[in-house]
Amino acid sequence: MVKQQYPRLGERVYHARLENGLHIYVDQKPGFQKSYAFFATNYGGMDLRFKLDGAWQDTPAGVAHFLEHKMFDTEDGNALQDLAANGASPNAFTSSAITGYYFESTRRFEENLRILLSFVSVPWFTQESVDKEQGIIGQEIQMIEDDPEWRVFMSLLEGLYERHPIRVSVAGSRASIAQITADTLYACHRAFYCPANMVLCVAGDVDPEQVCRIAREVLPHGSGQAIERSCGADEPETAARPLQTMEMEVSTPIFQLGFKADPAPMGEERLRRQLMGELGLEALLGTSSPLYARLYGAGLINSSFGYGYEAYPGCAFLAAGGESRDPEAVRDAVLAEAGRLAREGIDGALWQRLKKAAYGSRVRGLNSFEFICVQLAQSHFAGVDYLRFPEVFDGIEKSDVEDCLRRWMAPERAALAVVRPAGAGGRP
Amino acid sequence: MTQVTQTELFPGVRLTAVHTEKFKSCMLGVRLLAPMAAETASLNALVPQVLRRGTARHPDMEALSAALDDLYGGSIEPLVRKKGETQCVGFTGSFLDDAYAPGGEPLLERAAGLMGDLLLRPALEGGTFRPDYVEGEKQNLLSAIRAQINDKRQYAQTRLLEEMCAGEPFGIDRLGSEERAGAITGAALWTQYQALLRDAWIELYYCGSAPLERVKSALSAALDGLPVSDSRIRPARPAEPAAPSASRLAEEALDVTQGKLALGFRTGSAAWDGDYPAMALFNAVYGGTTTSKLFMNVRERLSLCYYASSGLMKYKGILMVSSGVEFDKFQAARDEILAQLRACQEGNFDDQELEGARRSVVSTLMTTLDAQSRLEDYWLGQAAAGLTESPEELARRVEAVTRAQVEAAARKAVLDTVYFLKGKEA
Repeated sequence: MVKQQYPRLGERVYHARLENGLHIYVDQKPGFQKSYAFFATNYGGMDLRFKLDGAWQDTPAGVAHFLEHKMFDTEDGNALQDLAANGASPNAFTSSAITGYYFESTRRFEENLRILLSFVSVPWFTQESVDKEQGIIGQEIQMIEDDPEWRVFMSLLEGLYERHPIRVSVAGSRASIAQITADTLYACHRAFYCPANMVLCVAGDVDPEQVCRIAREVLPHGSGQAIERSCGADEPETAARPLQTMEMEVSTPIFQLGFKADPAPMGEERLRRQLMGELGLEALLGTSSPLYARLYGAGLINSSFGYGYEAYPGCAFLAAGGESRDPEAVRDAVLAEAGRLAREGIDGALWQRLKKAAYGSRVRGLNSFEFICVQLAQSHFAGVDYLRFPEVFDGIEKSDVEDCLRRWMAPERAALAVVRPAGAGGRP
Repeated sequence: MTQVTQTELFPGVRLTAVHTEKFKSCMLGVRLLAPMAAETASLNALVPQVLRRGTARHPDMEALSAALDDLYGGSIEPLVRKKGETQCVGFTGSFLDDAYAPGGEPLLERAAGLMGDLLLRPALEGGTFRPDYVEGEKQNLLSAIRAQINDKRQYAQTRLLEEMCAGEPFGIDRLGSEERAGAITGAALWTQYQALLRDAWIELYYCGSAPLERVKSALSAALDGLPVSDSRIRPARPAEPAAPSASRLAEEALDVTQGKLALGFRTGSAAWDGDYPAMALFNAVYGGTTTSKLFMNVRERLSLCYYASSGLMKYKGILMVSSGVEFDKFQAARDEILAQLRACQEGNFDDQELEGARRSVVSTLMTTLDAQSRLEDYWLGQAAAGLTESPEELARRVEAVTRAQVEAAARKAVLDTVYFLKGKEA
């Protein structure tokens, strides 16, 4: 394995590429009780159309997430139970871009790692268990549909995008998952769960060489085929629907305001865009910005206000939201401030502070093993070394971020989604 | 190595310091502890929010944010928590540990100073809180109370406790009530703030790489101006009343697509009781893990719900079961939840279930040592209950619990109240 030191961050990461194409990253963390392992595939809710054995396949929404639920089934029972019986806390998640399986444990790390690698790489589905899971996931879909935060975010994505599959719910709908069969799951597993399309990230007080040995023993020797996929025709730069509203059982309106950013290329530029997008948001509406103080002081936003930049293959966007008695007023104020910053630029002293703050917050994020492993995995799929963020930070100038602001945070790229209290009618 | 020291800095002002070099950040806490009471709950909850708006030196949020940015993106968050029947209000802060500050500039003293300013030297107008800050935060508090309905899972649990513990301080929400919050005036808030500074028990917290003496002097300097008082009220442990002879049912209808079912049990065993480790283990066997009775049977075997789990109110002696069910499966889910409790009481769990549960409880305790915010919350709970047992020590007691003790603990759980949130058309 190759050892890489990151002296500015106090991190030490071992990396190897196995013969079967799997990349392994081990962040060695002495002094911690727990170890964390994250095994992820570059396959998520947005990967609906792909080429397998030379032919394009269209799959129903929700397969990646359905697969995540069913992967824990093994010929002998259920891996979740095997891990839990060892005191490990296993779980998994599916995002639009990736599916990750992980556990955290304080003992028997190697045994747990074997279980993890084995159940994720060996599919075991029966039509009967797939039918049963349709009921369970159907309930999960109902539950998230009752969640106003989730609804408003999905509504924002529908507002921003015309056709990009980011706007499709990761879990799918009751109708779309009804089309999923055991054969669908086997086909998608074969397409996306091959070592070359996956990554293993580990953090903890563990022996990196031992991690490689176990992966070589447990995982298939073949690499699998490279998967070509499509996220549809190119998106326009402008938002598809500037305003979407709905009513739900909430006490105060909640909203998400988004801006459609340019899709980010692979490699270090992806990380650079991420940092620039975040700095742009901080300057525009972050907790230290003049606008934030003004909106908070006017009672238009409260501490539920949050914001971020997200990038996926073929799309990237900025979003900010929370509770507000008047979401349209927040949007108008943000657009006006974006216009002002585009004309006048970011205040020099504010810029210095924001950069300092953003840097420190990212370093503090490294306390979390989950955060480290998920970032290492996502960055690996994006072709960049996440822990080089201090150097990338050094290279970002105020004018770079001002350019982003001018380009991305324009009115025609903005969309607002609002969930209003049921029965409250129109604008308060 | 992690080392925990507890010292009394001044009368009624204690410091819990966790010395460790494994984190990138250090954590600071200043927490005022007061008895949970309907009259003061909303007032106390509002105090840190108003204080967080500005200090004499940094009089608005923009200036405060600038100060935090200068500390490499430090954060100071208002804290309002309920530990047993003690309301804890104040601030927690997270800052880059000195070891990772570019140029090695010391940040601890400045961070502590900012916390001290927030607590003791607020931005004032005419010798009292600024009216616009009070009014703004009062509206935020009211929204936060009203917003509790947005998260139906949490809402069902809060409503259960409200019904079950009506008349007990534990039934009061950590934010108080909409009615009390709506009636708050600037004058009443100022009086309560002064009372807290004078009478509240104060728990300080530090976790990071700095030596104890440096932490003590940084915090002592930061708290210069805190009233010296020998009337600080040591937090009390709550009563643990028995369940009624017949359980109660509370139902509510809202516009939701999935029902929420919550069951509250009295256990008569809180963190300070000798059989608490057995109770914790019973909870894990019953519904605390993904190998538990509730998960395996109610969710997996019978597909009666999307989630079903149990949890302990550690500082009150209550066990709560929480589940998401379709409306027409309410009866079946409730019956199965109670049937699984009987299974635990009758010892119908095998060694694998027991050991799996034990590994889970021990692992949760041990990983507390790896997460600064969980560790802070753990020690705050212990402080409010007058306990000094560390997570490692509690884990050792859990290791020693026998099967018979788990069964005995299960038999102590008696159903008190059932709460069901159903749909409007149902």
